[in-house]
Amino acid sequence: MEKKEHIISILVHNKPDVLARIAGILGGKGYNIESLCVNATTQYEVSKIVMTTIGNKETINRIEGQLRRLVDVIQVDDLTNVESIHRELILVRLNLTADKKEQIKKAVDTNKWKVIVSADAYIVLELTGDKSQIDFALARLEPLGIADITRTGVVALDLDD
Amino acid sequence: MKLKGTEILLKALEAENVEIIFGYPGGAVLDIYDQLYKSNMNHILVRHEQGAVHAADGYARSTGKVGVCLVTSGPGATNTVTGIATANMDSIPLVVFTGQVPTGLIGNDAFQECDITGITRPCTKHNFLVRNIEDLAATIKEAFHIARSGRPGPVLVDLPKNVMAASTEYDPANIKIRNQESPYRPAFKKMANLQEMLTTANKPLIMTGGGVILGKASALLTEMARKYQIPVTGTLMGLGSFPGTDPLWLGMLGMHGTYYANMAVSHCDLLIAVGVRFDDRVTGTIETFAAKAKIVHIDIDPSSINKNVAVDLPIVGDTKAVLKDLLKYFEEHNFTYIAAERQEWLNAIADWKEKVPLTYCQNGKVIKPQFVIETLYKLTKGDAIITTEVGQHQMWTAQFFPFDKPNTLVTSGGLGTMGFGFPAAIGVKCAFPDKHVVDIAGDGSIQMNIQELATAAQYKINVKIVLLNNEFLGMPRQWQELFYEKRYSHTDMTYAPDFVKLAEAYGVVGLRVTKPEEVEPTLKQGLALDKPVLMDFRVSREECVYPMVHPGDSISNMSLGSREMIN
Repeated sequence: MEKKEHIISILVHNKPDVLARIAGILGGKGYNIESLCVNATTQYEVSKIVMTTIGNKETINRIEGQLRRLVDVIQVDDLTNVESIHRELILVRLNLTADKKEQIKKAVDTNKWKVIVSADAYIVLELTGDKSQIDFALARLEPLGIADITRTGVVALDLDD
Repeated sequence: MKLKGTEILLKALEAENVEIIFGYPGGAVLDIYDQLYKSNMNHILVRHEQGAVHAADGYARSTGKVGVCLVTSGPGATNTVTGIATANMDSIPLVVFTGQVPTGLIGNDAFQECDITGITRPCTKHNFLVRNIEDLAATIKEAFHIARSGRPGPVLVDLPKNVMAASTEYDPANIKIRNQESPYRPAFKKMANLQEMLTTANKPLIMTGGGVILGKASALLTEMARKYQIPVTGTLMGLGSFPGTDPLWLGMLGMHGTYYANMAVSHCDLLIAVGVRFDDRVTGTIETFAAKAKIVHIDIDPSSINKNVAVDLPIVGDTKAVLKDLLKYFEEHNFTYIAAERQEWLNAIADWKEKVPLTYCQNGKVIKPQFVIETLYKLTKGDAIITTEVGQHQMWTAQFFPFDKPNTLVTSGGLGTMGFGFPAAIGVKCAFPDKHVVDIAGDGSIQMNIQELATAAQYKINVKIVLLNNEFLGMPRQWQELFYEKRYSHTDMTYAPDFVKLAEAYGVVGLRVTKPEEVEPTLKQGLALDKPVLMDFRVSREECVYPMVHPGDSISNMSLGSREMIN
């Protein structure tokens, strides 16, 4: 069966150990977490975890099964094949060195990148998009000399309610 | 009314109808023990915390109730881990209370501090660290609920010393907890599917497991098998869920299953698996397991379905509820089987039974371990609760002691924990003081929790130990004989204590048996004594457990010992 990336949305009770339980059961059973995003929902006592992992359908079913066994897990949904939107966010610092300065300014204009800090020596960009958009942006950013970068895990929203 | 944490704990245990606690005191739980001193709660002081968990486990397996332990922090808590993992693998409901250093010291590497919730996260169903006295009552209630609901399992509750010393309002009528029971809805379409599958099947077979005992569904399973004349095999954990003396019973399947059970699984065209999880010791090579059959899997845990074996019809639900609905559905839809066809299948099984029965040869001057077990069965007429340790004696017990009732075999199936049987027997005997409770043990296993002889002696818990002493770690030795050209690397246990003297030193009766003709009189004597008794049977040293499916082989391919390999 075909292996591919799955985006799994998990609603959990916001307890101190809940992330350790999820990471523990998946790690302990030999499954890998590719990316992870966690935060409280509008109710403080409920958190949403969005996790990506790679596997075939069988593996993903087992992962979901293991997650559902956890007492603090309320709901598990695979958002991969339902109508949903996916976003990642990156923060990128580009140093405005003499040789790159003009090239960077031009790229920012052409690509309509969002500048959130503009200093003499560097700029910081905030970019969001789905995985392919972020990868596309990264390919364009790389020649400009990325001084530092941080990338979130995937967040996703189910449109299929 | 304001109560201290220790008082709330005792009141909460009473509210859960806890009759007995198995425990061991220490610094972090002295306040709780002081409260116990003032209460009427029954407490058994074990001699090692592992013994406490196994005893609570034995109590739980034999009664179907939640077993309870209380131990101190640090090493007291870590000593429970093997017991907890044992219960977890076999889905046994336990609540284990561990002491913890005061919350202000947690994380400081305080004396006897350890992160026991972290350590036991992968081997409990759930665990709690109670940080606030306000959460105590609800946490205890939730712990018991989680332990016994759904697929049961052990729950650990970590109790910091200062939390237990603090006070709060205790209002038992108003404790709210989360419900863990998933709603069960009868799946009519699946029942129709199953009826259709049963109608077209010529060779149906039921495979019963621990989930039938845990789900209290034995009577229903038995009714279904008898009503529709479906033969039954079982896993180690399923022994007792269908009467072991019924003609439809095929015995255990798997690595040391009977020839006829393994042949039936390999030839059946419909396998109805109830409350099992298809352990590798049961299936052998997955590719050839029940290769000719459609597989129906009834289990309460959806994550067990399609985990090891791909199934054709999964039915998720409590075994009792599902079987009850199935029986009703079959009745209402006039399900019948074709008697002539069924008889053909039952005849084929009878032929296998006749061709290769379970057997051994008791001749000469050396006691055969199987003979001791058969004699024990004969003397008790099966009216006993048997616990075992892990190894050859455990497999011989499964083969040669037919269990007619659920909850009468108490054995560590999943984890295979040596040292389990004796403390478990203590827990069983506490629940059933008037029943014969016998730990069938090996000389390796018994030494792993031998210190509990003191517990048995102190409380006059009159369990009997039938020690099948072959001066070997028998099962590893068997593998070394078969797969390592008899290189007996570190399995010779000849250097051992004199078990009779050891028993006597603890205040327990010790009896030694060296001749076959002494087996019956000594068992009679030991069973009749109103005292804990250790019977040291010096048995044939290099007896092997057969049939045996070699690891990684198909279960239809069995080694039968002195017989030829039969396919």
